[in-house]
Amino acid sequence: MDVLTPRTLDEALRLRSEHPDAWPIDGGTDVLVELNFDRARPPALLNLSEIRELKGWSRENGTLRLGAGLTYTQCRQDLRDVLPALAEASRTVGSPQIQNRGTLGGNLGTSSPAGDSLPPLLVEGAEVELASVRGERRVPLEEFLVGPKRNAMLANELIVAVRVSPSGARQTFMKVGPRNAMVIAVASLALSADRERGELRAAYGSAGPVPKLVTAPLAERASFAERVAEAAQPIDDVRGTAVYRRHALRVLTTRALERCAA
Amino acid sequence: MRTVSAPARKLEHGRVGESVLRVDAIPKVTGEFAYSSDLFAAGMLWGHTLRSPHAHAEIESIDISEAVSMPGVHAVLTHEDVPGKKLYGLEFADQPVLAINRVRYFGEPVALVAAEHPEQARRAAEKIQVQYQPLEPVVDPERALEQEDLHPERPTEEAGYFNDPRSNVVRTIVIRHGDPDAEGEVSVSGVYELGIQDQAFLGPESGLAVPDGEGGVDVYVATQWLHVDRAQVAPCLDLRPEQVRIHLAGVGGAFGGREDLSMQIHGALLALHTGRPIKIVYTREESFVGHVHRHPARIWMEHRANHDGKLVNVRVRILLDGGAYASSTTAVTSNASSFAQGPYAVANALVETTSVYTNNPPCGAMRGFGAVQVCFAHEAQMDKLAAELALDPVDLRLRNAIAQGDILPNGQRITGSLPVAEVIRRCAALPVPEPEALPRDAIRLPGGAGNVTRGEGVKRGTGFAVGFKNICYSHGFDDYCAARVRLFADASGELGAEVHCAAAEVGQGVTNVILQVARTELELENITLAPHQTATVDSAGSASASRMTWMASGAVQTACRAAREELESRGGSLASGDEVDVERVYRHPQTWPLDPETGQVQGERAHVAFVCSAMKAVVEVDTELGLTRVVWIGTAQDIGRAVNPQAVYGQIEGGTAQGLGLALMEEIQTRDGLITNASFTDYLIPTALDMPPVDAVLVEEPDPDAPYGAKGVGEPPTVVATAAVVAALRDATGLELTRAPVRPDHLAGLTA
Repeated sequence: MDVLTPRTLDEALRLRSEHPDAWPIDGGTDVLVELNFDRARPPALLNLSEIRELKGWSRENGTLRLGAGLTYTQCRQDLRDVLPALAEASRTVGSPQIQNRGTLGGNLGTSSPAGDSLPPLLVEGAEVELASVRGERRVPLEEFLVGPKRNAMLANELIVAVRVSPSGARQTFMKVGPRNAMVIAVASLALSADRERGELRAAYGSAGPVPKLVTAPLAERASFAERVAEAAQPIDDVRGTAVYRRHALRVLTTRALERCAA
Repeated sequence: MRTVSAPARKLEHGRVGESVLRVDAIPKVTGEFAYSSDLFAAGMLWGHTLRSPHAHAEIESIDISEAVSMPGVHAVLTHEDVPGKKLYGLEFADQPVLAINRVRYFGEPVALVAAEHPEQARRAAEKIQVQYQPLEPVVDPERALEQEDLHPERPTEEAGYFNDPRSNVVRTIVIRHGDPDAEGEVSVSGVYELGIQDQAFLGPESGLAVPDGEGGVDVYVATQWLHVDRAQVAPCLDLRPEQVRIHLAGVGGAFGGREDLSMQIHGALLALHTGRPIKIVYTREESFVGHVHRHPARIWMEHRANHDGKLVNVRVRILLDGGAYASSTTAVTSNASSFAQGPYAVANALVETTSVYTNNPPCGAMRGFGAVQVCFAHEAQMDKLAAELALDPVDLRLRNAIAQGDILPNGQRITGSLPVAEVIRRCAALPVPEPEALPRDAIRLPGGAGNVTRGEGVKRGTGFAVGFKNICYSHGFDDYCAARVRLFADASGELGAEVHCAAAEVGQGVTNVILQVARTELELENITLAPHQTATVDSAGSASASRMTWMASGAVQTACRAAREELESRGGSLASGDEVDVERVYRHPQTWPLDPETGQVQGERAHVAFVCSAMKAVVEVDTELGLTRVVWIGTAQDIGRAVNPQAVYGQIEGGTAQGLGLALMEEIQTRDGLITNASFTDYLIPTALDMPPVDAVLVEEPDPDAPYGAKGVGEPPTVVATAAVVAALRDATGLELTRAPVRPDHLAGLTA
């Protein structure tokens, strides 16, 4: 297997168009598991970990631009005040070692129904910035996620960044798993209570084919837990039952409202 | 010729009873320890095992023609290439080296490939064309008793067991004690169930087989009993035992899962076939089918007692699923039967235990060995009985605690040390920590890093459990351990010693035990332990049944004393170049089998000795989400005498974690016999956040039959931890919780 290691974004985009079968890899916390379990044998890996343009985050006017290579550890440490739910979600990812390696871009690229960063980004109305040799486009995260482990990225594109305009609303993230650390979510929830817009915004994970946003006017708080639970499309699998997942979302939403809209 | 006197350096530290740093501690922590997966030999090839994707199927044909012509491939072998016996097994040879016409479990080895690169071997294995005709798998152990025999030749039938004519029976034991129909003033009953637990050792099965150029082979492997490996490997290769030399390679955890063979015969076959060293390392996914697991169990129990709390009659029916091959199922069956009533004196009992063959994953030895399952049930029953009688659960246990002179249901009288009442009292007296104030960091609440509660829905509960089990092999097994001691004058003229013992260091710390015993007996500082191998010393028996401390201590002590006598007979000193070299075998007190009809022991003892433990667990449960934080564990454990106290505490903590895992999360899940969670992503074991601090009290009442009075310590914490943690969950939730592991949906009250 070839490993292509571009040093600049331009070089990466060129390699991407020349090798559309190559798998983009950064921290490797998803890709290497797939390879180790022999679930896939991509002809090449496109190693993005050397590209400076993908690192870190910046502020442009009121918008945050989070590089695809931003690690969970950085989210945890740097974004606690501006995107608290994303920071909380980052703390739930794997172990500290995984948080040091894993990146937002990777979580978006994998597009797992259980991706921990996805619900908080949905709640904050994030947009995914995609680039190819032909140029750039932005896709709302809601449209980017199209199915379990499927997204709107084209074969010649790379995820470059995530753009978020922080709402400033009170928000939280919670994740249910049968172990107290290092679990894949059995169900997760991000919720914000946006008083300016008069809106409750919740997004669930691991309870449907894709993480999904559910909104309601603030005034409908009383029925919101039920609305989130009903919006979910959970299944039974080795990690939990559909009944439990729906139940958990109801409990999580109720508790999140206590935290954010009390 | 120069004469030296012994010893030149005075022994300062490291005798029996002192805390000594593990000899492998620093290399393991720094990552320099060489595990069996780190082995390397010049010119080696990589072996790979093609495994069955079916739980039960006929093999219509195997075509290897495409695979053998793949790049880098040196050999592709099937059962036809096994030169000697085609079947092997730890106790009964019922398992094919490579599948013959039929596969009986998911992951059963079908063919082998050797290639220059592991990826080449894997790709070649994919090109082996196996035509399977899938058959209906036998997956329900109760139905198995009426379904077609998976082993029509009934391999365990002539072993002197109760003759049970039902289908698929591996072994049935019926123990009748006193009047099995005796009535009590009250009665409680329940049905309990345990899922399949995996040893989940971190070092996957791995090893290196090196042909010696003269028809023989050296196998370097992570195992628990070198000599029993040789006894199984040699006949299948059609070699004499001495042509097969087994060497212990670095073991990354065992817990019973390395008692059975994994890659030993396969690696040796490929090595002899290709003339090249063969390395085999299982992947994590493969490891889940590469070893046996803890038997899942369904247990019915009825406890009859009088109003004063005294047990009158314990009636038990146990069904164990042994999976596709026998492994050590017959011994697990007898252990479950022996300890079913718990460490309590009861005048009447009826215990019926049956283990069956199915097409589920094969089960065999795992830490606790049958005692874990029954402890979960009998302790739930004792709590139920206490509630029924409105008695304090600790008092009820004390009232019934078995003691010296009491008779077990199998007829054995307790003779050695078994301080059940003492461990109960000492454990009950441990102060329970006060609840921590809110608010707290999420990681100190149920759900941990998941940040799900700030105290909402959280209830606290306390549970208590007592359990016991045997030490050493039982029921007439000729259980022995050899040790060899060489005394010599080293280069500087100082007296030195080298100890040979084939006791497998599986992480339990037997290396230190051996060295501490040798230092104590020889009063020498300069002692080395030779590499563990079959070629230089006789068998040590298995690193199993909490026996290795007892047995290795006995053997090394005996050999050291013989060496000293020999030295003294030569005037107490050695000329340089001279040496003393003695080998001695230690045997523990004799045991006898059970009568196949009555289940009564046919001699003085069925078991050599017993060890007991009591544990108290405090949990916090998020009752709405069904998530748990185990807050604290206190335990008092009978250990006879601590050879290395620091290591004893380590064993207690590790054993507790494994029992806690079975209580809360560890379960191999199957669908129609196929494992659905063969990874550490979905087979969860406790992390540091799930494991509480453990306050351990060592109860040292030396066993009169044990060298230095020291009993084993590895299993008792695992036996009681599952029961104690689930008892605490019941206390917190008020739910019955009859199945382990307890899942969040059970705790949240969503499923019964």
